[in-house]
Amino acid sequence: MDTASPALTVHGVTKRFPGVTALDAVSFGLWPGTVTALVGENGAGKSTIVKILTGIYQPDDGHLTIGGARTAIASPRDAWRHGIAAIHQETVMFDELSVAENVFMGHMPGGRLIDRNAMMDRTAALLDRIDADFTARTRLKSLSVAQRHMVEVARALSHDARVVIMDEPTAALSRHEIGELFTLVERLRAEGRAILFISHKFDEIFRISDRWVCLRDGKMAGEGMTADVTEADLVRLMVGRPVDQVFPKRRIALGGTVLSVEGLSNATEFADITFDLRQGEILGFYGLVGAGRSEAMQCLFGLSMPTRGTVRRSGRPVTIRRPADAIAAGLAYVPEDRQHQGAALSLGIRENVTLAALASFVRGLFLSTPREREATRMLGERLDVRAATWETAVGTLSGGNQQKVVIAKWLATRPGIIILDEPTKGIDVGSKSAVHDFIGELAEEGLAVILVTSELPEAMGLSDRLMVMHEGRIVARFERGDWSAEAIVAAATGAATVTAA
Amino acid sequence: MSGIPDRPPFRLAGLLLTWEVILAALLVAVFVLNSLATPYFLDTYNLADATWNFSEKAIIALPMALLILTREIDLSVGAMAALSAMAAGLAAAAGMPAPVLVAAGLGTGLVCGMVNGLLVTRVGVPSIVVTIGTMSLFRGVALVTLGDGALTSFPPGFTALGQSYLIAWPPLPLSFVIFLGLAAIFTLVLHRTATGRRLTAIGANPTAALFSGIEVARMRFWLFAITGLLSGLAGVLLAARFGVVRPNAALGWELDVITTVIFGGVAIAGGAGSIPGVVLSVFVLGFATFGLSLLNVPGIVITVLLGLLLIVSIAAPILIRQMVRAR
Amino acid sequence: MSWLLRHREAALAILIALMIAGVAAYAPAFATPGSLLGVLDDTAFLFMLAVGQTMVLLTRGIDLSVAANLALTGMLVALVGQYGPDLPGPVYLVLAGIIGACLGLVMGGLIGGLGIPPIVVSLGALAIYRGMIVVIGGGDQVNASEMGISFQSFAQAKLVGLSSPVWIAVLVALAAHVFLTRTQTGRALYAVGGNPVAARYCGVSRERVEVLVYTLSGAIAGACGYLWVARYGVAYSEIASGYELTVIAACVIGGVSIGGGVGSVPGAVLGALFLGVVVNALPTMQVSPFWQMGIAGAVILLAVVLNARAEARHGKLILPEARAQ
Repeated sequence: MDTASPALTVHGVTKRFPGVTALDAVSFGLWPGTVTALVGENGAGKSTIVKILTGIYQPDDGHLTIGGARTAIASPRDAWRHGIAAIHQETVMFDELSVAENVFMGHMPGGRLIDRNAMMDRTAALLDRIDADFTARTRLKSLSVAQRHMVEVARALSHDARVVIMDEPTAALSRHEIGELFTLVERLRAEGRAILFISHKFDEIFRISDRWVCLRDGKMAGEGMTADVTEADLVRLMVGRPVDQVFPKRRIALGGTVLSVEGLSNATEFADITFDLRQGEILGFYGLVGAGRSEAMQCLFGLSMPTRGTVRRSGRPVTIRRPADAIAAGLAYVPEDRQHQGAALSLGIRENVTLAALASFVRGLFLSTPREREATRMLGERLDVRAATWETAVGTLSGGNQQKVVIAKWLATRPGIIILDEPTKGIDVGSKSAVHDFIGELAEEGLAVILVTSELPEAMGLSDRLMVMHEGRIVARFERGDWSAEAIVAAATGAATVTAA
Repeated sequence: MSGIPDRPPFRLAGLLLTWEVILAALLVAVFVLNSLATPYFLDTYNLADATWNFSEKAIIALPMALLILTREIDLSVGAMAALSAMAAGLAAAAGMPAPVLVAAGLGTGLVCGMVNGLLVTRVGVPSIVVTIGTMSLFRGVALVTLGDGALTSFPPGFTALGQSYLIAWPPLPLSFVIFLGLAAIFTLVLHRTATGRRLTAIGANPTAALFSGIEVARMRFWLFAITGLLSGLAGVLLAARFGVVRPNAALGWELDVITTVIFGGVAIAGGAGSIPGVVLSVFVLGFATFGLSLLNVPGIVITVLLGLLLIVSIAAPILIRQMVRAR
Repeated sequence: MSWLLRHREAALAILIALMIAGVAAYAPAFATPGSLLGVLDDTAFLFMLAVGQTMVLLTRGIDLSVAANLALTGMLVALVGQYGPDLPGPVYLVLAGIIGACLGLVMGGLIGGLGIPPIVVSLGALAIYRGMIVVIGGGDQVNASEMGISFQSFAQAKLVGLSSPVWIAVLVALAAHVFLTRTQTGRALYAVGGNPVAARYCGVSRERVEVLVYTLSGAIAGACGYLWVARYGVAYSEIASGYELTVIAACVIGGVSIGGGVGSVPGAVLGALFLGVVVNALPTMQVSPFWQMGIAGAVILLAVVLNARAEARHGKLILPEARAQ
């Protein structure tokens, strides 16, 4: 194995879009048998680099060399031909087709007709190599997210890819599945492949990577060996300034109970969800992805019907059949999936901010545009939304600003209780601390906050109390100061249910 | 911080390039060219007569615009109009007075629209499939009822609805006045009320609209019901105008109506569109057709031109954008 | 019941068999081989067009212009037959296929190349193609006596009791089935319709696939145009008017999803056969032909409602007891 020369080198690549330079003379190399972590805030240019390496975009300036030779990658197909394979953020696959067809889509064996036997045999061999627990004939739609990742890896192996790009591969995986993925990454590294690993999670970066490359605002912020760098160093490089990682927890006197949920259950997703929420309180819901937290919250918000359970708002029983009922009861729900469930991307900021509280902007028969503008300005400035005008389409804003618009929409309904579902998922380090500060402010003003989060520092830093969910049930309850990271994680992974029972 | 402005600064070029302004310019061009081509075009009575021919379809275009705006479509409008016209005809055959005839037509349309709405919102079938089915079903019911016969006996009080002017001068046909009135209501509802904003939001992102507490299914149901009701109204006006109802009445109207709406600038992907645009589209298409027919251009040739216009009106902006980008 | 809902082709085949048996109980003449072969003869065009439409629907498209394409191509080859030499039938068939493919190619270019929604393009094309029949034919119709002998005889020829359109339909269906299940491009249709973004990352060109399916759908429609005109012995502007909706209905009954990515040739063929049996059974049962359209509509609605119930989404399986089941 020749580790002296890189498998792929990026030479001074520049990419411009109307009004913005996404990449500015970026250069780095990827070596065989090496995992290189690509870090940077959202909007730093990570996904643009991925799109250039996979042939979706062409660089305006600079070039790539592969195995020492200068190469242009004109299309995704070209990228494969040069041995570059990408495993994407949302697993991009075909539900109706078989695993084998997913692996070989675009390059199936055989000539005019597909050689199906060869395709099945080769897929079976690939699945065997990565210890997959499903067959080549399985329909993709019956697989879990983790299993789909294995299909993507098999796909990369089917190209005998020399360079494997993993774009936030762990975003939707449980802790156990992440462990399996890392075993797979180590195997790819041992086989001498160059791996570009993109992640927001520092523990993963330090666990798996050999080298790192950091981007900031489209420019190179630094690169080096992972062994020679600390978390604080990387954060400083990413944001260009040191970020206080400590959460300033404010002490707030709690008011009366504003929400009591008792025995909330549905058939397959969650059972016996019971908790109280007090005014000014931040109640954390921690758990692994897929523990049923979002499903329970969406049911509470009227998006699905429970089979059992009662909900009391300040002592009075309420029936919530649809989101409108929940809003009327003073609840607000900021969903996890900002782009699909949160914002109407093609509409302007004003139209988004007023959407959930439209009735309060009606004067006589018609909407009052001045009142809408006033509210938008007030909430937008309070949340520090950055935009050209208040009519700018939300789809053109950065992820952090989109999230602020969605939160503004819910504050416009003047809620008493706000449910935040993974409010900092996929937003950059700078915006994250702003959101954290803001959650504290909301509680201080007397709102009751339910914070659903998969990030332990966030859960421990902000919550007054913490509910831990596992497999659809609350398995542990912690008071602030009476918890440890080990105990919380043990409960979330199911270890504590054994001792409790 | 200096603060973020409420709206982008006014730019004349931006205003001039809106689809509504382009349509208005086209309308002027249609009038100028037609009056140069034939002296009969600018005659008040001729123009008034022209409106007879497009007002009925134009009435259906208004709710269709809202449906397409919310990512739905209704291909059964022609069949609903025919069934409603037949209901009015059957009531006439039973000797009912004119108001009952109108009520029978409107009621039939409403019920048909509610059937569409239920199938789309309750059963969750895509509206294009549902309305292909109900289109055959509704037209089939008319065929079974009438066979190759026709209903021809209507009381004069009823036919007057489709044949007389509302006032003597200016000579405005009733159907045209109804269209203008409805267009004004639809404009206000879509662009000035909370309901209209909610509809736009459903078109832009149905899931986010649902999560924002908007009753997406209920609003869609009522849109289908209103489309049925106004298709029924169009059917009643058609029956009154011709004084005869056959099962093939209003055949193919759905395509004309959808063409009008898309030409009016309503995005087929939902979330964008304006009622003034649709009204201008009605006028451009209606008066262009009328002018060409005055010049003895056969109707079928006009169909070809309208088809070309539809495709060109969508393709031209895309081509221009591509050329601008290539530069 | 749930097995039948999952295996739509089998369910549909059983339903068709039951229907034939039911009709035969009233009118035994319907179940005779001659009568059943007649059903196939009548349904041949629907078979072919449904197969073409299936390919379009798989890519999340829709082609509302097929019947207009059929009529225009039929008129064009009829005029060739009228004014040109009396060529052998297969030559007309190929010629019609090429004309139809060109008409489809134009649409494919607008949809794939410019990204205009298929419903807009095919609505416009529908109007244009229908109108062009009158413009080209001068509003006249071409009658059987004017077309030429070999022009007509090919489409009316019989082999083993079945007319040539049925045999051609069988060939088209077989070719399309092999294309969709056994070739790279055929599977790419499912990819483009099932997940357009993923297809792009796999190097599948959406544009090329779209141009291809509309061209193929057009070629099939064009070939049907010749066969239709030759079989019924008349070409005029209104033939097959509104037939595009029957074609889509056949596909929907056969389980082809309007949303793309789901469907098969056997499904589409069975869907077409189902409609063919219904339409042909009505006269045998002394039901007025006026019932045809209403029944077709009711059947479509029933099919899609059953389908929607089979596809109804269930919650995620999170609770251990739910997963154990």
